[in-house]
Amino acid sequence: MASVPTIEGKRAAVGDADSPPATQRRVDLWTVAGRALPPVAIGVIVLVLWELLVRVKEIPYYILPGPLLIIGTLVKDWGTLYPSLLVTLAITGAALFVATVAGVLIAILFTQSRWVERSLFPYAVILQVTPVVAIAPLIIIWVKNIPIALLICAWIVAFFPIVSNTTLGLNSADHNLLNLFQLYGASRRQVFWYLRLPSAMPYFLGGLRISGGLALIGAVVAEFVAGTGGTQSGLAYRVLESGYTMQIPRMFAALFMITCTGIVIFLLLNGLSYLVLRKWHESAVKREG
Amino acid sequence: MIARLSRVDKVYGNGVVALRGLDLAVGEGEFLSLLGPSGCGKSTVLRLVAGLGEVSGGRIEWSGTKDGGRGDIGFVFQEPTLMPWATVRKNVLLPLKLRGVPPDEAGARVREAIEMVGLDGFEHAYPRELSGGMKMRVSIARALVTHPRLLLMDEPFASLDEITRFKLDNDLLTLWAKQRWTVVFVTHSVYESVYLSTRIAVMTARPGRTASEVTIDAPAPRDESFRTSPLYNEYCRNVSARLAEATRA
Repeated sequence: MASVPTIEGKRAAVGDADSPPATQRRVDLWTVAGRALPPVAIGVIVLVLWELLVRVKEIPYYILPGPLLIIGTLVKDWGTLYPSLLVTLAITGAALFVATVAGVLIAILFTQSRWVERSLFPYAVILQVTPVVAIAPLIIIWVKNIPIALLICAWIVAFFPIVSNTTLGLNSADHNLLNLFQLYGASRRQVFWYLRLPSAMPYFLGGLRISGGLALIGAVVAEFVAGTGGTQSGLAYRVLESGYTMQIPRMFAALFMITCTGIVIFLLLNGLSYLVLRKWHESAVKREG
Repeated sequence: MIARLSRVDKVYGNGVVALRGLDLAVGEGEFLSLLGPSGCGKSTVLRLVAGLGEVSGGRIEWSGTKDGGRGDIGFVFQEPTLMPWATVRKNVLLPLKLRGVPPDEAGARVREAIEMVGLDGFEHAYPRELSGGMKMRVSIARALVTHPRLLLMDEPFASLDEITRFKLDNDLLTLWAKQRWTVVFVTHSVYESVYLSTRIAVMTARPGRTASEVTIDAPAPRDESFRTSPLYNEYCRNVSARLAEATRA
């Protein structure tokens, strides 16, 4: 992490009595290691206990496989699991992309007039609160193309946080700044590009972080419902299939991959949020202790 | 004469009468302070002058512009009101960017304005890296960058500590003596208004109107020695008495 240049040296020249607030501190390797150590230690301890439990109690692998067996299966079945990972990733990524574009456009539409927002917002809520498991079968019946059907399901789950957060953000521009823009005769377009959009950025990124995880969940749920086999099947189908055929270690391996995918999506979106906001937004700035 | 407010009323949508029959004239090159108790409508006067609201009665006349309009106005709000995502330079540039001033000219004017308020070297700092006083300087630079013929300031230093406020008072006076724009300055501090102004309009409690006016006939340039002079004390006593009377009435 790069530290923001400090202004201490120049302060005397301006002669203000009050001191400037937080400038970012360098976070060194040790701090990061120190922060990562406790969760990693817990993880290792749990895995060791799990492995011991399975061996000592001689639990059969089709009830509960040990972590070593799961890793072994992951390596052995990589040829089947990896293409499935790509399928799930493709659907998740596409759903998140469409949710972002459509979500931001819908939010912009909402902020153009109260009437539009009042007329359409309830339907966005209805889409959000209807369980995707319940409507996925319908969508799969209606839409012949399975990947598109899955994409629609994942999109329905993912788009609401982006719409609602971005709408809130676009409406949260500082009133004094709005006055200032009015004073200088800014056009609607200028107010939008130079004020509303940057104001909405932290809200949008917050929504995006939620939607990233939801897109994956939506994709997995839809795959479960669709339950299609063949080359086009994602990780959720591998979980189902392994369950039917009692290949429990493989089921765990696929589950493990889904979880890892979710974590990677979360970390990526967190990183994006940090990159965009680190210069100015409180959420990305370390507080001076 | 720059502007004249005649029998101005302002009634807000919720029925609050902020101003009733306010008369005020703003002369070319003067430093006019509006002094009054909290909630007397001082800020409302500035907003009306800036065109951020419509008068409910009476009128505001302008002179000295070709179209009879208000011309270029600079506004410094109570809070610095900076865009947190933009650097000092970009914040100061904003008014010029909104007007489509060509980049070369805009760049030169931004440099000049930043230098004027003593912030050179901080062009690329973000607002959160600056102290309260420095943020206020950015806000002043932004108001000056358009070379306004009228600068409106709404209790700009009210939220700063006293040492910073004195420093900014002095710097503002120095700038004003050099550039001679017209300033309308809203404050609730008798001491600040006497120190800065060439004329003070004392306002009544709500609904606000001007109760009396005092011309501060003290030599410029003023500096810290003026704060402790007998003349200053005399004016402060006089203005305090008028303010007390206006608040009672």
